[in-house]
Amino acid sequence: MAFEPVIGIEVHAQLKTNTKLFCGCPTTFGQATNSHVCPVCLGLPGALPVLNRQTVLFAIRAGLALNCQIQPQSVFARKNYFYPDLPKGYQISQFDLPLCTGGYVDIVVDGQPKRIGVTRIHMEEDAGKLLHQGAEAISGATHSLVDLNRACTPLIEIVSEPDIRSAQEAKIYVETLKQILEHIGVCDGNLEEGSLRADANVSIRPVGQDAFGTKTEVKNLNSFRSIERAVIYEIKRQEEALGRGEAIVQQTRHYDDTTQKTRAMRSKEEAHDYRYFPDPDLLPLVVTPQQIEEVRAQLPELPQARRKRYRDLGLGEHDCETLLNDLARLAYFDACVAVKGEVAPKLIANWILGEMTAVYKEGKHGFEGSPIIPERFVAFLLLIQTDKISGKIGKELLPKLIGSTQSPSELVASLGVSQMTDTSALDGIIADILAANPDVIEKVKSGKTNAADFLIGQVMKQTRGQAKPDLVRELIHQKIQSL
Amino acid sequence: MSFLETSLSELRQKLKNRSLRAVDLVKTALGQVQRVEPQVKGVLHILEERALAQAAQIDAALDRGEVLSPFAGIPIAIKDNLCLTGTKTTCASKILENFVAPYTATAVQNVLDAGLIPVVKTNMDEFAMGSSNENSAFFTTQNPWDLTRVPGGSSGGSAAVVAAGEVPLSLGSDTGGSIRQPAAFCGIVGVKPTYGRVSRYGLVAFASSLDQIGPFARTVEDAALLMNVICGHDAKDSTSATVGKEDFTATLNHPISGLRIGVPKELFGDSIAPEIREAVSKALDFFKANGASWSWTTMSSFEAAVSTYYILAPAEASANLARFDGVRYGYRHADSANLKEMFMKSRGEGFGPEVKRRILLGTYVLSSGYYDAYYVRAQKIRQWIRHDFAQVFNEFDVILTPTTPNVAFKFGENAGDPVKMYLEDIATIPVNLAGVPGMSLPCGFSNGLPIGMQLIGKSFDEATLFRLGHFYQQHTDFHTQVPAWLKKGA
Ligand SMILES: [Zn+2]
Repeated sequence: MAFEPVIGIEVHAQLKTNTKLFCGCPTTFGQATNSHVCPVCLGLPGALPVLNRQTVLFAIRAGLALNCQIQPQSVFARKNYFYPDLPKGYQISQFDLPLCTGGYVDIVVDGQPKRIGVTRIHMEEDAGKLLHQGAEAISGATHSLVDLNRACTPLIEIVSEPDIRSAQEAKIYVETLKQILEHIGVCDGNLEEGSLRADANVSIRPVGQDAFGTKTEVKNLNSFRSIERAVIYEIKRQEEALGRGEAIVQQTRHYDDTTQKTRAMRSKEEAHDYRYFPDPDLLPLVVTPQQIEEVRAQLPELPQARRKRYRDLGLGEHDCETLLNDLARLAYFDACVAVKGEVAPKLIANWILGEMTAVYKEGKHGFEGSPIIPERFVAFLLLIQTDKISGKIGKELLPKLIGSTQSPSELVASLGVSQMTDTSALDGIIADILAANPDVIEKVKSGKTNAADFLIGQVMKQTRGQAKPDLVRELIHQKIQSL
Repeated sequence: MSFLETSLSELRQKLKNRSLRAVDLVKTALGQVQRVEPQVKGVLHILEERALAQAAQIDAALDRGEVLSPFAGIPIAIKDNLCLTGTKTTCASKILENFVAPYTATAVQNVLDAGLIPVVKTNMDEFAMGSSNENSAFFTTQNPWDLTRVPGGSSGGSAAVVAAGEVPLSLGSDTGGSIRQPAAFCGIVGVKPTYGRVSRYGLVAFASSLDQIGPFARTVEDAALLMNVICGHDAKDSTSATVGKEDFTATLNHPISGLRIGVPKELFGDSIAPEIREAVSKALDFFKANGASWSWTTMSSFEAAVSTYYILAPAEASANLARFDGVRYGYRHADSANLKEMFMKSRGEGFGPEVKRRILLGTYVLSSGYYDAYYVRAQKIRQWIRHDFAQVFNEFDVILTPTTPNVAFKFGENAGDPVKMYLEDIATIPVNLAGVPGMSLPCGFSNGLPIGMQLIGKSFDEATLFRLGHFYQQHTDFHTQVPAWLKKGA
């Protein structure tokens, strides 16, 4: 029997606000343990949560970018369970009345567009972190310490409809989501560091059947590769179980990256009764239409629109995707395109993604706060576009732009590297080289036109790269034909 | 000098003209604590060093001629569920026995800023759950009027120390009557402000949607003055009302004529002790004779309130008390074999029986399958109770009831029957559910035990309660009575 997978994804994204969801503590990481804490995020007796409005604006931004309806009133609830990393003994989350509902994400699978529904986006606080002592994981540890720096940092949970039909789609969905969240500036999208976390709900059903099969929830997917592999494994596991006549047990499963397998964590019967109820410490979250429109007005260009614009600018698919996945270079590219210099966007992209990336990597420079400002870079590219210097000279010149106060054209002049476009100056050099290589001339004449490359190379060498290669090629062919 | 015989305005006058020093007042308080605490047992922690240091600062400032708040130098007692930096905040629970608060509650900070000097932290029912102080994990506070009887609860300690003259003022908290009932039992004034009036930040939560901090004093005027200090919007409490500071004494002396008083029949039936009905009736006659009017009304709220309360309050409490898990602070069972055992034994050994009962109740009513039948339905009834109050307030300015069905009971009298104990709060609980303000003030005695009447006002209309209560106290002397053994020379 052929089966069809049905997959829904839940993504937890950490909102990159400066302060936590319900207190004024900073959200920066890598600090000394328990240094960014206060009575509120420590869950001290008597402390009360106060909602950080910036997190709401970020969540609304995410909701709008994912085409959701923003609810005029949503409610924070308490999700009750005991765990040492949960200071209050409950997590403040949204339950039956989330902030955003009914959106979608458009993805592209093998060139084909597909729309994945977004059921809801709700806001919630993160828990702290357990530091297990004496072993890598909890098993084998002698004891565990609690670090609450992360406690109460703002998260949004994005729940998809069960519209995903393959592991590949699952991976692309999360990739697309990550790209959108990064582009709108609400999440840094780092799966490895946990600022983006995905869980997959996987079930299978016979092809043609409408009813869903029993699902399992797969957790611990901390890379795109593990999302794909875990879903593949889980589909296969379920198919094999059904093939053996076994029933699928509704359960939560843990994906192990080293074995590439999922294993059962807890069954439905063991699942927590979270006893959700509205948090009496917080008033319902009210969002006015005006606030929504303000956020909408400030919404940056979304990746889909950007992709189209870049393609219209003449960028190839590869360059386009590379830029879309790197916000720093993308911002630099946009800044360069915006500079009045009439340099072709494609030339800008080529140089940013090629030589400039290499030079910056070498010099440990970043595109954010770039040592070469966009205006200077465009002025430099203009020299190449207008044949003032050759691309080869450009490559030599680029690192010299850093730290120099001279303009690119001044630099070219002072280094004496402007391109020789004067035919008369080249004529003599070409004549000398032809005279010294009669055998090569014969080869060219006999139809081996590639042999002329040697002669061009010789001319370039003589002119220390300043000759324009296309011009040299043209002149050499003219000369040989007239011989 | 005695807080029982000297009025607060007299104390303030003497502080101002420097015939009395703040340090003297703190010493007076500490002296009275020494003298009466063996009997009253209302105090959990004495803040001697801190209080004397604060008093010395205030004296120095007054000596320099600085103009301080009218309260500067007056001692006060703080219920032990309010955080004060560097002092123990135990909630009279074993689970917080050694917890030292690293921050100060907003209401307590307001008190400090006004120059009031916290000298003691007071006993209470564990986590404010109880009506008798018998649920304190440490010891039981005795009623200064009869040491074989309860002082009421949960703010029993805060009421008893004022009634016994240890301090002139104190702060308590009221979730279902925890200020008004002990005020009635101890013959003093206690106010439960409108929900949102006083910041709850730093008040260890019992039931967040019902808890309010409020004052105890011997006169309505002093209670109103202390209200001036503790009220006001606080950005640290999302449920704090965005109303400005108010001077509750501004209309104290306005006439009471024309005020319409509604008296719910439901609280004048056989379940109310005859002596209490009589005392309250006399108060009503008094108001009528002085130009206010009163008439009967019916409010079915009172019938539904207790059961509604015992669903909603435990539900919130079950989550509020989840943080006491032995992980970060408070009692932790030593040598647990695993995490689950640590949670279970820490909580099992740290909480007393009434707290456990309410956690269990709350957990039950929130459980899947029961949530709609209990919690959701109780919320609907609460809405209806609010509506009921709003309706009555269309016709009346004030609702007047007995504060309690009976006077202070003997220790152990209700201990075996939680439902009977819960029903003692029938007059006070609806006020918390409706979110409106309520005040208890003395209106008589029954066999030497104080009787309290409750004035209930419209939301944010404490001023009318104070006006009516102040007028009453100008013409009666119930509030000036002192237990015989505490009188001078006794
Ligand atoms: Zn914090």
